Amino acid sequence: MKRQTRKVLDRSFTGLGFFSIFFLAASLVVVLAPIFARGINAFIFKGTSEFRRLNYEEFGRGDKQKLAEEMDKIRLYREPLARMLKDFTRQVRDESFPGSTQYAGDVKVLNDLFKMLLGPGESEPVMMRARYGQTRWDGAQKVLQSILYKEEWDYSKAGKMGKKILKPRSEIYKGTSLEKFFPEMEKNLDKLLLPRLTFYWQFLTDSSRDSHFFGGIGAEVLGTFYLVLLTMVFAIPLGVIAAIYLAEFAHQGKIVSLLRVFISTLSGVPSIVFGLFGLAFFINTVKVSQSKSVLAGSLTLALVVLPTIIRAAEEAIKAVPNAYKEAALSLGASKFRTVMSIILPSALPGILTGIVISMGRAAGETAPIIFTAAVSVGKPLTLIETLTQPSPALSWNIYNLVTEHEAVEQIRHVQFGMVFTLVLLVLVLNLGAILLRARIAKKLRG
Amino acid sequence: MMRIKNIGKKRNAERVEPDQVGDGVHIYSRDFSVFYQHVEAVKKVKLDIPRGQVTAIIGPSGCGKSTFLRALNRMNDLIPGCTTKGRLLFENEDIYGPFVDPVLLRKRIGMVFQKPNPFPKSIFDNVAFGPRLNRFLSKNELYAVVEKSLKDAALWDEVKDRLHANALGLSGGQQQRLCIARVLAVDPEILLMDEPTSALDPRATSKIEELIRQLRGRYTIIIVTHNMQQAARVSDLTAFFYEGELIEFSPTEQLFTKPREKKTEEYITGRFG
Repeated sequence: MKRQTRKVLDRSFTGLGFFSIFFLAASLVVVLAPIFARGINAFIFKGTSEFRRLNYEEFGRGDKQKLAEEMDKIRLYREPLARMLKDFTRQVRDESFPGSTQYAGDVKVLNDLFKMLLGPGESEPVMMRARYGQTRWDGAQKVLQSILYKEEWDYSKAGKMGKKILKPRSEIYKGTSLEKFFPEMEKNLDKLLLPRLTFYWQFLTDSSRDSHFFGGIGAEVLGTFYLVLLTMVFAIPLGVIAAIYLAEFAHQGKIVSLLRVFISTLSGVPSIVFGLFGLAFFINTVKVSQSKSVLAGSLTLALVVLPTIIRAAEEAIKAVPNAYKEAALSLGASKFRTVMSIILPSALPGILTGIVISMGRAAGETAPIIFTAAVSVGKPLTLIETLTQPSPALSWNIYNLVTEHEAVEQIRHVQFGMVFTLVLLVLVLNLGAILLRARIAKKLRG
Repeated sequence: MMRIKNIGKKRNAERVEPDQVGDGVHIYSRDFSVFYQHVEAVKKVKLDIPRGQVTAIIGPSGCGKSTFLRALNRMNDLIPGCTTKGRLLFENEDIYGPFVDPVLLRKRIGMVFQKPNPFPKSIFDNVAFGPRLNRFLSKNELYAVVEKSLKDAALWDEVKDRLHANALGLSGGQQQRLCIARVLAVDPEILLMDEPTSALDPRATSKIEELIRQLRGRYTIIIVTHNMQQAARVSDLTAFFYEGELIEFSPTEQLFTKPREKKTEEYITGRFG
């Protein structure tokens, strides 16, 4: 090959390598940036007075005195508006009123929206979600828009999809006593809700109220923590012992090769199959618990991550210089002793990497816990309860929130907060693994 | 310190009548062969290694000298498909007897390898590894053993201030002396050295040789070396291996000055190898 051709090939190869790494990094940014940007919204946002009231009444945080003062301030603006609406509603109920039939339906909607925005006022609704108005400023502005504009659909063009029309209510109610209501609302919204920048880190620890309408994701975080913890309790000893056996003790023949093939195959099995297996075996056959439980889920997850741990540990053990092994044996150490005091410590960085990767995987796996551990709503468990009780978990509840929650549009921030937390958790775990590995490796190098 | 007098369990162990083995013979081999699969790497070796002396094994690469050395403390057991034939006795007992425990055997026949191979632990932990294996020693006793072993290996003065530093931070020569100290801490009877200086510079080499001369008498030392000057400098007896066979075994001076065999003469004068 000519020197020039070789050079061109070299360069193009380098370029291609660079490009693929760049592509990977770029796609990671494209995926992660929005998650971070929107997920952070669950923690830092403009909280309204309703948020502070919720925080005080439900979680016992904040100052009663200050809250009362705040409420008084709000009442000043709220009461005239509420009275205006109430009077008009009474008028409309009277059938002799000229616009009675025209406004009856819409006034009811207007009343609901008003309560949704500012809270129920004097009444005490049964549903938790109705007891508070908008706790977040962004939500409040959305509701304000629904108050200011009436949504109507235009189906006049046959064969075409209906067209949404936003009609200003100030026009609809022109000439009535409610006419001034709408500009007042728009002008005084901040005085009605007193938005203030809030850092709500308790989002991580608070349990949710009324299926994630309010509160945080404490139960999910704790559930994920328990699942990972128990999974590791089962998977690490089994995996490391299996790896030691495969690498050091097994007769390297056909049976061991076959075992390795099985292990590799196991890691390729779709995780939903593991989930079904967990249900059929751990719950229905072995009956580790009456029904779904964190224990059953952890056992299932342990099966999912076992191949990863075995593989990583085996490779790490095999990579320990043979000289160490020979030295230990020549000093009269038994094989067991050699493994425990020389080979395992030297292989620790590699084993740890495998373990942490599996921890990330156990935290993120969804399918295996659908049938075995996860519920959509639950309270935070204690460690003992994990043996018998199911728990919500980040991975599954992200999915559940999107697919099954009745009002997911209103709690997008919770959903993104969960995704953000999960991604952050996995990233922190991986970072920890890298640091730990570097530290041990440095110690081994001397 | 109690010495484990028997190589493992003694029941039914094959024994050779004492009169067959000469007095002062530490290792006795007759028709001893080592096979890798079907390749005979060591062929029917007949060799009596005397107690307390330094025996050098020389020969060209691939002549089976390392294989023979590793057979003495059963390090070859680690190689799959390695088998032996014939007799190899240590203290009148067959090293390859059915009831010999290689773990106990290796405590009595220590080994130093070609490349210094300290564990990635502290200097102290390296030397203490052997003593910790089966005896429970108090902190002071352990320290005394470590100190004595390091002094015997002529390393104490260089490392006494940094016993808890990582052993991999030592120079190559120091590492090799540490490995020797590590073996001495187990208190073996025989020291096997497999080209212990081939990875070291001349200064470190001379230190090791000096050490071997100091240890002579207290331990039976068997050293495999590529370097004929080294064999001449440190050993009392020299065995010359060629293509798996023992060609000549004589006092060192005689072997290097008046070799009996023609092959030996050709080798030491550098005509091959």
